[in-house]
Amino acid sequence: MANWLVNHWLSVLVLVTWLGLNVFLFVHAFLSYEKGDKYYYTREILGSALAWARASARCLNFNSMLILFPMCRNLLSFLRGTCTFCRRTLRKQLDHNLTFHKLVAYMICLHTAIHIIAHLFNFERYSRSRQATDGSLASVLSSLSHQEKEGDSWLNPMQSPNMTVIYMTFTSIPGFTGVIITIVLVLMVTSSMEFIRRSYFEVFWYTHHIFIIYFIGLGIHGISGIVRGQTEESIKESHPHRCAEFFEKWDDHDSHCKSPQFEGNSAESWKWILAPGVLYIFERILRFYRSQQRVMITKVVMHPSKVLELQMIKRGFSMEVGQYIFVNCPSISYLEWHPFTLTSAPEEDFFSIHIRAAGDWTENLIKAFEQQHSPIPRIEVDGPFGTASEDVFQYEVAMLIGAGIGVTPFASILKSIWYKFRHADHNLKTQTIYFYWICRETGAFAWFNDLLASLEQEMEELGKVGFLNFRLFLTGWDSNIAGHAALNFDKATDILTGLKHKTFFGRPMWDKEFSTIATIHPKSVVGVFLCGPQALAKSLSKYCHQYSSLDPRKVQFYFNKENF
Amino acid sequence: MGQIEWAMWANEQALASGLILITGGIVATAGQFTQWYFGAYSIVAGVFVCLLEYPRGKRRKGSTMERCGQKYMTKVVKLFGPLSRNYYVRAFLHLVLSVPAGFLLATILGTACLAIASGIYLLAATRGEQWTPIESKPKERPQVGGTIKQPPSNPPPRPPAEARKKPSEEEDEAAAGVSSGPQENPIPVTDEVV
Repeated sequence: MANWLVNHWLSVLVLVTWLGLNVFLFVHAFLSYEKGDKYYYTREILGSALAWARASARCLNFNSMLILFPMCRNLLSFLRGTCTFCRRTLRKQLDHNLTFHKLVAYMICLHTAIHIIAHLFNFERYSRSRQATDGSLASVLSSLSHQEKEGDSWLNPMQSPNMTVIYMTFTSIPGFTGVIITIVLVLMVTSSMEFIRRSYFEVFWYTHHIFIIYFIGLGIHGISGIVRGQTEESIKESHPHRCAEFFEKWDDHDSHCKSPQFEGNSAESWKWILAPGVLYIFERILRFYRSQQRVMITKVVMHPSKVLELQMIKRGFSMEVGQYIFVNCPSISYLEWHPFTLTSAPEEDFFSIHIRAAGDWTENLIKAFEQQHSPIPRIEVDGPFGTASEDVFQYEVAMLIGAGIGVTPFASILKSIWYKFRHADHNLKTQTIYFYWICRETGAFAWFNDLLASLEQEMEELGKVGFLNFRLFLTGWDSNIAGHAALNFDKATDILTGLKHKTFFGRPMWDKEFSTIATIHPKSVVGVFLCGPQALAKSLSKYCHQYSSLDPRKVQFYFNKENF
Repeated sequence: MGQIEWAMWANEQALASGLILITGGIVATAGQFTQWYFGAYSIVAGVFVCLLEYPRGKRRKGSTMERCGQKYMTKVVKLFGPLSRNYYVRAFLHLVLSVPAGFLLATILGTACLAIASGIYLLAATRGEQWTPIESKPKERPQVGGTIKQPPSNPPPRPPAEARKKPSEEEDEAAAGVSSGPQENPIPVTDEVV
């Protein structure tokens, strides 16, 4: 519990603040429309639906303002960079930008539903009171000023009793823009469902750009002033508390009450969305500018299992361990940017990524490089982004677990360690590292074979054999491989990888691993880092709790899930 | 964009439209709006669309995530055979269903969304996509020992070739094929506990 709180207190704080602001804005707007004198006569026709509509509108404005901020990744990078004095947990919060974006989106959907339902009632009531002939206050108000010489002080937007609500909706600016932006919102939501995003990313990516229509529509939505309240002067002259009951006698010569005069509220949405809109435009321009900078590909390596390695250099590019970049290849698709974790160490003079075939774009990219046409395809790069994984070096003992391609961030870390060792960097607090790589097929080992082999050799030369311990797990084994391994059991090097550390078959038995480490390091703080599937994260987190000793001086396991 | 199965997105869109139709219908009926009977229609149409669209079809490539509890509806939808498999039929059906809801403001959003879903289904149909039900494969449990009918008739330790010419006479008592089986051991055999 303490572990969770330490890791998540900032998330909780942000969430509580955001929800609190939502509630405050809702209640504030609700009360002002439900109780305010200005809307006394409006409420006479519409009832509480007015307040519900306006309160949800206020929240919609607020959330529409917030929703663009998490998507300004260059701005976030800038904040992260300037706040180096901030503790890492604060900076790490910025990595949860996508989660926040989704939460805000759900809130927008909720308030859209409330807003629309409330306005459905509003339109229906306006229509009814316009058609009513019972001489009630509502019907008197509704027929106001369509006979007056000052044409603008009407209350009921329905011009005539024959107007239907559908006609009203589609011929008024708020109605028409409202329908359009709601359809846009529904399309954005259905194309962002996790299933669609994971399987057909392009549908999601392109459809999501219709948010531009949403924002423009939202800005225009309120300009016609259809929400009307009594003017200040009119309230002073004929206060509703005084005059409402004498509505039959308004404008009679001897009455002190005159007909109320109304004015529309001015548009409010643009004030909320202008700043984030400008910021986002600036962000896109910045991304475009950064992408135009030349990227030189220095080396292309085709690894087995359809993995492509690209080594590149770019002027002014500097990275840290565990960061990622966005890559675009105009010859494949002009508009698509895909994220990849950097696999090179900051100490190297190039940066590299390993790309696995996992969909249309990646397969086309690998094919394009495989064909080795004379000018190689141009690549554009934006980044690097993400909080660096420097935490690894802060723990005395570190357990690094990568499943399949999830090992890429750790590749960067291992390489960086190698360089730090070579330069005898004594800032490393780490004494021991246990590296677990869980993989399905043997071909996938080949690409880091070199790295692991040279690290193994390096450790031997420096006489620090215990520093880096590999546990490689092959989960897609069959009886042939097992038989072969059994035959070569007593060879010094592993038959599959050529490393001194033997390959294990099947999944790791975490119970055994955790208890072994707890026994070897009874007084240390062990950091556990995972890049892999959620199910594994859950079980590792459980083991961390289980094997952490109750005594804070003895062994403690801290689980860090890096989300790449 | 070559491998996109539009039907998957159309399915999400249609499901959302169904829910919107139901919501709009409930608002109109409960609020007794003018012409609220369109709202009642909208609820029925919405429920029908949701039930039809709830079972997700199988993707052509890769594994498909089922929606929770969809296997019951899969059976029902499968019954309609080509009517539910073919996306032209679905596109037409959704278009027709969406029209009456367009007469009422509360449900017109559902009309628009369902019409869009119909359009995407039409696109899917022109690309030859089809709805295939996700069927769970029956679990094959390997029967341990199922192929062992008889215990081994000549288990080790075997005497040299001459002694083996004797045919086995007795039936084996133990099913585990203990070495003191149908053959006589020329030398006494003692079980050593290893």
